[in-house]
Parts: sequence; structure tokens; C-alpha cells
Amino acid sequence: MEHIRTPKVENVRLVDRVSSKKAALGTLYLTATHVIFVENAPDTRKETWILHSQISTIEKQATTATGCPLLIRCKNFQIIQLIIPQERDCHDVYISLIRLAKPVKYEELYCFSFNPKLDKEEREQGWMLIDLSEEYKRMGLPNNFWQLSDVNRDYRVCDSYPTELYVPKSATAHIIVGSSKFRSRRRFPALSYYCKDNHASICRSSQPLSGFSARCLEDEQMLQAIRKANPGSDFIYVVDTRPKLNAMANRAAGKGYENEDNYSNIKFQFIGIENIHVMRNSLQKMLEVCELKSPSMSDFLWGLENSGWLRHIKAIMDAGLFIAKAVSEEGASVLVHCSDGWDRTAQVCSVASLLLDPHYRTLKGFMVLIEKDWISFGHKFNHRYGNLDGDPKEISPVIDQFIECVWQLMEQFPCAFEFNERFLIHIQHHIYSCQFGNFLCNSQKERVELKIQERTYSLWAHLWKNRADYLNPLFRVDHSQTQGSLHLPTTPCNFMYNFV
Amino acid sequence: MEFAELIKTPRVDNVVLHRPFYAAVEGTLCLTGHHLILSSRQDNTEELWLLHSNIDAIDKRFVGSLGTIIIKCKDFRIIQLDIPGMEECLNIASSIEALSTLDSITLMYPFFYRPMFEVIEDGWHSFLPEQEFELYSSATNEWRLSYVNKEFAVCPSYPPIVIVPKTIDDEALRKVATFRHGGRFPVLSYYHKKNGMVIMRSGQPLTGTNGRRCKEDEKLINATLKPGKRGYIVDTRSLNVAQQARAKGGGFEQEAHYPQWRRIHKSIERYHVLQDSLIKLVEACNDQTHNMDRWLGKLEASNWLSHVTEILTAACLAAQCIDREGASVLIHGTEGTDSTLQVTSLAQIILEPRSRTIRGFEALIEREWLQAGHPFQQRCAQSAYCSSKQKWEAPVFLLFLDCVWQILRQFPCSFEFNEHFLIMLFEHAYASQFGTFLGNNESERCKLKLPQKTMSLWSWVNRPNELSQFTNPLFEANNLVIWPSVAPQSLQLWEGIFLRWNRSSKYLDEAYEEMVNIIEYNKELQAKVNILRRQLAELETEDGPHESP
Repeated sequence: MEHIRTPKVENVRLVDRVSSKKAALGTLYLTATHVIFVENAPDTRKETWILHSQISTIEKQATTATGCPLLIRCKNFQIIQLIIPQERDCHDVYISLIRLAKPVKYEELYCFSFNPKLDKEEREQGWMLIDLSEEYKRMGLPNNFWQLSDVNRDYRVCDSYPTELYVPKSATAHIIVGSSKFRSRRRFPALSYYCKDNHASICRSSQPLSGFSARCLEDEQMLQAIRKANPGSDFIYVVDTRPKLNAMANRAAGKGYENEDNYSNIKFQFIGIENIHVMRNSLQKMLEVCELKSPSMSDFLWGLENSGWLRHIKAIMDAGLFIAKAVSEEGASVLVHCSDGWDRTAQVCSVASLLLDPHYRTLKGFMVLIEKDWISFGHKFNHRYGNLDGDPKEISPVIDQFIECVWQLMEQFPCAFEFNERFLIHIQHHIYSCQFGNFLCNSQKERVELKIQERTYSLWAHLWKNRADYLNPLFRVDHSQTQGSLHLPTTPCNFMYNFV
Repeated sequence: MEFAELIKTPRVDNVVLHRPFYAAVEGTLCLTGHHLILSSRQDNTEELWLLHSNIDAIDKRFVGSLGTIIIKCKDFRIIQLDIPGMEECLNIASSIEALSTLDSITLMYPFFYRPMFEVIEDGWHSFLPEQEFELYSSATNEWRLSYVNKEFAVCPSYPPIVIVPKTIDDEALRKVATFRHGGRFPVLSYYHKKNGMVIMRSGQPLTGTNGRRCKEDEKLINATLKPGKRGYIVDTRSLNVAQQARAKGGGFEQEAHYPQWRRIHKSIERYHVLQDSLIKLVEACNDQTHNMDRWLGKLEASNWLSHVTEILTAACLAAQCIDREGASVLIHGTEGTDSTLQVTSLAQIILEPRSRTIRGFEALIEREWLQAGHPFQQRCAQSAYCSSKQKWEAPVFLLFLDCVWQILRQFPCSFEFNEHFLIMLFEHAYASQFGTFLGNNESERCKLKLPQKTMSLWSWVNRPNELSQFTNPLFEANNLVIWPSVAPQSLQLWEGIFLRWNRSSKYLDEAYEEMVNIIEYNKELQAKVNILRRQLAELETEDGPHESP
């Protein structure tokens, strides 16, 4: 509360681009967690609530006759302009919000004060709604080929991985530890998805520390083990989701990619998805296009092309499709990695899973998918979505892109998903809102240390409780689109320029 | 002329047909006077029946003695025929070429077509101007039907009956006609019952470089203004283009002579610019090899969506003048047969709920396109694959349909018809068994005796069987004015037309079917609820007396 210089300003005007062109007159309140605007209009007294954690940027604009405008850009792409009569009030609000929008401690985040009036038991049940060990059971694990490994107990091998991991049965602890030492941030190959129909699997890891010539016997054995865990195929694909040039540049830093000569029976493949910095700039450019005041069709299409956003979306979809096809059509297992294996790898693995398995296209299945490929495997939510004040270069719309990929799929297969667009929008919102504990921190280890499950509530339980709002009426369990893999065409004209 | 003269080889066996979404079929190819037919001669295998008039262009190539003919259709479909034997192939190709470019309208299929269905209502009489006028006459007596053009002598591109201000007599109309391009004097296009404002349309005034004026013209259009009111003239050309038109005898209304009118210029493209745009767009859609940047680049370079934006913007402007400003509008470009009609008809879609019903939309097409003299025969002679660029070929009507689709997409419950209805109209405008879109205006249609000699499209469409496939299951009558967004983000490529043959619509069709099922189910349940309610009410009234002691 000490950061709030002025809790209340009257006669503020709010201009937002959606509801109406006319500015609404009302009172602005600053609380510890929200910016609240209440309209004066006595019959409606419409309220607009914005979470501090949703605020992306705040801009003070040139003072006009009506007052001092403050432009607030939100992380869910909402843009709101407040016109405050007095310069001094405006400055106070500005300074307060600058601080409030950039908390420095987790404890400042909304989820630690958010109270949905549930008792302890209900909260615990909420956290148990999505259970990854159940999910691996559903995949048919453990079995003759895969086993649960306790090698990462207490995060001893890799601090950004979960403790419960499935690895090939023939991969001994020695092999795993050896392999982990040869991988960036010790993110050794582990199972992401297993297809029980044909034993093909999708595994994920970080890049190997191969440099120009380094080898690691255990890492080579690890890949062998993955191959042997699939009796139906005599090779595995190794998919590096980076552009080839980037991967080659990494070799100079002692990192790099698998040399086909050293690993037996692998087929190596680059799929050029750009890095987080390129994606951040792309989003920035696209938002600029969307913010243009009455652009011409030409300006818009040119800006869209120039932003590269849809090109990147297509690259992610192409990669996901490549892997899904390898698994479903060739029956081959795939190892996916990028650099650290927590951004592009998460995108690509989850798109592939979504294409392959109808379960992930259900409400609960989709929650499981995010829990599995994003939360448990250490996608750095805190850094990517700037929950705490940090390095702006770490911020990037990685999961936003995944969510758009899902939306694109929903456009092409309207009956295939149990959930609707609103479900995606709400998930995106809460990734930034920090109202629930699910997306806090950068890894499972950090979340456990912070006792997230004891101190905050789970978004999944909240969404599940309100599932009636998120159902796609066109979905039927027995519909042909809900069976088996989705075969999507990815020629560019199939991509639409709507935004979540 | 006998068709037999043009058909050198009427039949070829072992022809292989390749077409979108189907496996290749081997069968017998037959040419008739109007159709190209391929039949596999097996039961349950679909045949291909293609109207020659649907063929836009053909390419042929040879590998040894195996010839291939690639047929590009006006509906943008591309099919391929592999024909064994060079001579047969050449004969077929030259026959198709000749049959698809017949000079004489009376040789076209509609003059030979014999319907297999029973005609319930003759579409040629479904939308008579007198009936349309009835709809207005209850609301206003300031307008009258004029028969001044009965012999098509005053304006060859107008219908025999037009609606004009009551205070203007036929003599004045004749004078005004000499002052307007093509004799197209201002006539009523739409009467907005809510506030009595009107849309009129005309050809450009023939002011020329010396600023010619016409008192009767001024009187006519002023007669449409309520006392003390001002009106808007929407010129569908840029000021520059309108000024240049003066050199050719055309021009625009001078403020000095029309002091009660404010002129607004909107730039809508015409003729080959539109045709080029269509050619580029279809080429971009057909090329499946390019990457995302190239696709977006080509989409942008085609300018098609820019045209859609311009037309919709002008229509919104006209509708705004009427509904928001409470001012009447006169719309014209040069001839008043293209961009003018796009704007007047779209403004009505926005303003008038009736034009969003099937019947009302048909009436709109009849009134604002067919009777208003849009030269369908010329404009739709060729489509996206044509190489002989003629000035008069232009996808003006397709652009209009695209704009309607954009509004339909933004207001999915406000239209009684669905996307298939618009696609069907597009197809029939370019190639049809019906006579509706033949000829360039009423005068030509009259001379061709189309109503006597051909079947009307409406006779077929308005049969309950056919209507069901064109009816929007989501429709709920919406009596409001609907304001479409014209922001580029809101406008999209019409996939149902442009990607129709490149991407299977299977999944979208399934979704549509699913939606229909849900709505049907909902209706059933609703009916059950009503029955139960009624029963409950009956039981309650029966129970009534027992409760009293």
C-alpha cells in the first residue's frame, strides 16, 4: 500500500477503443491489486477493473485542454486511456502504477491476497484436479519400455525439471546423469508424449554441448535407449526447432546440435522457429499495426506481413505437424529440442500432442497439456510474462503463440475441440494476471519452495467449476473430428489474421 | 448454325479427369452443344457436367500422343482432362473453345434448357416494379410510377417503369435524361420509412467544360428534399476523376447550381482495375507453394480487399447520411451502372431489414442490378483466367456479393440466407441454365423475349426444396440498422469463393451441419416445453375447483 500515492481521483475520463467512442466520466481508484474505474452514470455505474499485473506499459501523453492523458497497455492487448484533470494527480497515478505494475517479490502478487472463499480442503482438492501421474497412466505408462525415474528426486540432476519423469527402461541412472551433463542446463531427454497404439514417443531435452567435436557416450546411449523403447521403428528423429544458422552459431559457445555420425540411427532435422527476441519484436510490430488509427487495407496487410507474426505461427504449426506425422504415420519416435528446451520445445511438443491425441482437445485434457509441457517442464513463466520486475529481454509471447496456434486449429476444425475461444482467452488472461498460483515462478522447484499450493488457489479448479462457459456447442465425443489425429493443411492461406 | 458443325469429335473414350477433391476418374468424354460431360459409366460414380459457358480459358499440352486439356472455369475451379490421341485432343480443345465463346445469346443454354422441376411461381413475375411501389405507397404519396421509358426511348438501360418525385412530370424527365449520362435521370432507389429520407441514383450530369446546367434536373432532385433540409450527393469517383470527366462531356453537380446539396467524393475503382485485381487474387489463392510473407504480400498486392473496403465505406457513408443525418442522398459515378449500384444496394442491406431476407434480397438484385441496368452480359463475359482483356469485363457484382458476405459474417444472425446463397448467385451470374442474368438491361431482355423463352433463376430458387439449402439456420429477424465494421482487421478473404477449390471445406461443412442439428434439436425441445406447459395449465385449471373446500 505504501506505493499508492493517491488512492482516488475524481472526474477522470476513460476512453477505450471497444465499448464506445465517447469517453465515460467517473472516479478512478487505486488499490493494492487493481486499478478500478467507476462510471458516474447513475443507472449503470459501470466498473472497469484492471489488475496491476496485467499492465504492460504506462505512457504519459501530452496534456490537452481536457486534462492529462495516461495510456495503459495491458498484457491481454487491451488499451485504455485515462484522462485525469489535474497534472499532479496524473503524475501521482503514473508513479504509483509504474511501481505497482512491477512487483519485486512474489508476495506482492495478487494470488497471495486473492481469496475465493474456499476452505482448505476445497483448495487442496482444486490443486488435485489436474494430476500428471494420472496423465502418464492414461498414456499407458509405466510399461515394458518406459519407467518412472526418481533420478531427479529433490531436483538433484536438473533444477528446472520436475521430479517425476518418464525415461526409457534401458536408460540407467548412470546414462541419464551422464547425458544431463552433456546438455544445456542439464535438461536431459525425457518423455513428453507416448503413443500407446504404436509405441512411438515424443521426448524433449535441451541442446547437446557438442561444440565442434565433443561427444558423450551416455548421451548417445540415451538416444539409443529412446530408439529401443519403440520396437516399431529402427530410427528416431531428432528435431532441432531452431534455424540452422542459430544452432551452428551455438557450436562456437560449446553448445550445438547432434552430429549424425556420432549417434546411430538418428535422422536429424532443423525446423526454423525464431528465438524469443525475434518473437518479442514481432509481437511489438503486430500490436503497432493493430493500434494504427484507421489504417488502409494495404497498410494493415503490409504491416501484418512485415511483423512476421503469422510466419512464426506457421513455423510452429509446421514443426508440430512434422512431429505428429512422424509419430502417427511413420511410427517413429522424436526427440525435440531447441537451445534450453523450454520455449520452442514446449510449443512444438504441445502442438504435436494436440494434433495427435483427441484427449488434449477436451477441457480437462487441455489443462493437462499445459500442466505437462509448460508448467512441469520448467517453462519460465515468471521471466517470459514479466510477473516480477526483471530483465525485459527475457519477456516473450511464447505461450501466447501456442494459444494462437490452438485458435487457428479451432478455426479449421470447429467440431474438434470441447472448449471454445473464451477458454483460451481466459487462460491467456490468467497467465498474466497472477490471480492463481499455477503460472508463478520459473520451475516446479521454485513453486514447491514457495509453497504455492498451500498459499494460493488453482486456476484449473476455477475454470472447471465454470466449465459451462467454456464448452464448444459443436463438440460431440462421437464426432469424426474428435477421433484420432487432425490432418491440417498448412498452406499460408489457411491462416487467419484474427487475434485472441 | 448447327452445334454439330462445331463438334468435330463428340465422344472420346479412356479420358482421365482430374478435379479438386476427387480421385482421378477414367471415363468417356462427350461434348454436346452446351455441356462437357464425363462419365465413368459405372454405377454410383459421379459424372461431370460442365456448362461450356462456365469455361473461362483452356490450356493444352502434349506428351507424346497423350494430350492434356486444362480447363479453367469462371467459378475459379481448374480441371484437367487427359485425352489419348493428339487429333482427338485438338478437336476437343477447339470445340470447347468455340462452344464456350458463342457470339449469339440466343444460342446459349438458357434458350434450350427444359426444367425437370414443376414451376410453382414464375420468377419472371415475382418482382414487379408495381409491387415494389406498393410497399412505399402506404408510407408516402410524394412519389409516383412513371412510364416515360415504356419504349426504352428515354433511357435504354432503364426499365420501362421507374419511381420519380410526384411533382415532376414526364416531360421534365425527358429533359433531365438529356442532361444525364446514358439518359439515366435520377430515380428512386430506396425509401427509408423510418424518417422518409431517400436514396436516388443516376448517371453523371453532362456539365462538360463549360458548366452546362439543367433547370429540370435541379428541380427534380430538389423535389426530393423536405423543406429546409439539405441532401448529400455521393460521387463514387475521386474529385480528380470527376473533374477529368468534364473534358469528355461528363462532370458533377456544381455547388452554385445545387446549393442545397453537399457533394462527397468516394473513390471506387472500376473496369480493368477490378478485373486485374481479381486475376491477381485468384492467382495468389491458386499458388499453394508460396510462404507466409509471399502470400500476405500477394494478397495485399491484389488490392481486392481494398476494393471491398472502399465499397463498404461508401455504402456506410450513404446509410449514415440517411439514418444518422436524416438527409437524402443522390448517388452516381460515371454511367451509374456499376459502383453506383454497389453503393445503393449495400446501403439498403445496412438500412433495410427486408433486404436481408431471401425474398427481399432477390428483390434487391432484381431492382438494383437487373432492372437498374447493370450490364451483366458484358461484365461477366470472362472471369479470373481470361487473357483477352476487354474494358467492359469487371467483377463488379462479385465484389458486391463479397461485401454482402463480409456483413453477413459480422452479423451472422441477421440474414435469412447463408453463404451458399451468395455463392450460387455468383455462379449463375457467370454461367447458368436460367435466363435471369442474360443481357445487359431490360431492353435487351425484352428483345430477347427472355421471360417467354427461358426459365427464371427465381422460379427454381424459390421452391421450398431449394430454399432449404440457402436458408440461414441462425436467422432471427433483426429490425435494426446494422453497421458493419470496415476496419481492415474486420474484413477477410472470402474463403468460400476464393479458396473453394484449394482447400476442402469438409470440416467447416461438418460444423455447419452440427449447428443445424443443434438448432433443430433446440426447436424440438422448445415444442415439447410448450406442450408440457399447456398440459400443466390445463391440469391447473382442472385442479382448481378441487382445491376449494
